[in-house]
Amino acid sequence: MIWLGIETSNAPLSIAVVKDGQVLIEIVQNLKLTHSVTVMPTIEELLKKVNIKPAEIDAIAVSEGPGSYTGLRIGVTIAKTLAWSLKKPVVGVSSLKVLAANGQLFNGLICALFDARRQNVYAAAYKPDLFETVIKEQHISIEELLQQLKELNKPVMFVGLDAENFQDKISEYLGELAYFAPKSLYLPRASKLIELVQNEPLPSIEEVHSFVPKYHRIAQAEAEWIKEQKKGNQ
Amino acid sequence: MGEFIMKDTIILAIETSCDETAAALIRNGSEIVSNVVASQIESQKRFGGVVPEIASRHHVEQITIVIEEALEKANMQPSDISAVAVTEGPGLVGALLIGINAAKAFAFVHNLPIIGVHHIAGHIYANALVQPMEFPLLALVVSGGHTELVLMREHGSFEVVGETRDDAAGEAYDKVARVLNMPYPGGPHIDRLAHEAEESVDFPRAWLDESYDFSFSGLKSAVINYKHNMDQRGEEIVPAHVAKGFQDSVVEVLTTKTLKAAREFNVKQVIAAGGVSANKGLRTSLEQVFLEEGIPFTVPPLKLCTDNAAMIGAAAAYMYEAGVRGDLSMNGVPGKELKSWK
Ligand SMILES: [Zn+2]
Repeated sequence: MIWLGIETSNAPLSIAVVKDGQVLIEIVQNLKLTHSVTVMPTIEELLKKVNIKPAEIDAIAVSEGPGSYTGLRIGVTIAKTLAWSLKKPVVGVSSLKVLAANGQLFNGLICALFDARRQNVYAAAYKPDLFETVIKEQHISIEELLQQLKELNKPVMFVGLDAENFQDKISEYLGELAYFAPKSLYLPRASKLIELVQNEPLPSIEEVHSFVPKYHRIAQAEAEWIKEQKKGNQ
Repeated sequence: MGEFIMKDTIILAIETSCDETAAALIRNGSEIVSNVVASQIESQKRFGGVVPEIASRHHVEQITIVIEEALEKANMQPSDISAVAVTEGPGLVGALLIGINAAKAFAFVHNLPIIGVHHIAGHIYANALVQPMEFPLLALVVSGGHTELVLMREHGSFEVVGETRDDAAGEAYDKVARVLNMPYPGGPHIDRLAHEAEESVDFPRAWLDESYDFSFSGLKSAVINYKHNMDQRGEEIVPAHVAKGFQDSVVEVLTTKTLKAAREFNVKQVIAAGGVSANKGLRTSLEQVFLEEGIPFTVPPLKLCTDNAAMIGAAAAYMYEAGVRGDLSMNGVPGKELKSWK
């Protein structure tokens, strides 16, 4: 069973090829390059290095969100077009869960977050086995998230490049309960993405067409339009 | 195309530069085998224009469905395809990226060459699907994003001899339609109203001296001022008279400059391209002057004037023949310049 994993939900990029549970090759990079330029050449290069032809891929895993809208769309468009062209399934994984998987050996809760600007974050918190979600993936204000974590009254490890942006606030709310993952664990890994889904039943290939990113937010124009409609109905 | 080609050149073309998700299969640069367009107009109408984020979201939903439909309608397999073509720019960057990355993924799996096409070259080459192009050729490209006079001395050679200094013609249509309280897209409504009108309000023409450039923002302001003055005097405007006055100004400037350029460059053929070339007023005026002038003039049918992938495939077929190739690092170029490939 050969998996291709694609992670482009934010600025970092990760691509991995996993065969029968073994990581054959993986790239993790944190460069300010456009995913649109780098993803396909990277996939081509990695497959060549491990001598695997596109047709030999059995399934594709991709980060489905939340994250940067453009980053998500590039990863998802490539994943679904590859899957559809190969007639193989595509599996989406929460990009927060992928990141949280980096903190798996921590004995407590793991909180993954991305900065969503204006003191908001995309965040979720998990138990270390990652099967149990204690705070589900959502768009939330940092204060509200920290309040919820505080109420759980357990040690929390924060993972993600953006956790640093909120370091002071996190300490203010959680004090001694707050831990920060080492920086080497701040970047999402496509091999983790595959690890999270490789034992699950695969979706049907018919589902490829309807596969879209999970943005966790409607577009601003749409939100405003809905508000106008409501006003009109009152 | 070349007479000695034994095997057909089949291009799979993809276009997602604005609010249409489109795919087509083109044989030998001249024949449409299939042409699928998923329009977002019903969704975008709510916002009175195209919202880039909404456009990108729709493209991701539609992209593989549209490509599959194009293949099915053509009754073709990926193994029949010679190359994959995709709009590289100009356009909305987030929208372009969907088509480009889908094209690259498809080309990679099927080991096909990839060709990045300029959107305006596509609009011009829509004409190659109707009849062979004769050079030198003058193209008037008018759409929501463009107003350009392009001179072509041979296939793949483009010289922009005139362009808009501010609004595109289609943009001016949409803005004036909004002033007249018409739904988006406003162009067809103005065209229809203008045809019904017997009288018209007199609006200025922007000649810009001897230049082939265009300007429509002054005309747009004149319409807004007219409405404002009438409102202040408590008088009702007659939308049809405003529409006719506006359209007359746009059409006269476009027609006069196109005729002048056609004479100066001694062209053998004049073509109109882009969404606004579907405008009846413009079409009739251009047909008439070039009939009198004795220069063949063509406009592609409506479904090839608005954004579609068939036109991208037509241009790509000539690029393919000329040996133009892109690679997997292709990126969307929102402000891409129209450059010759020859
Ligand atoms: Zn166009």
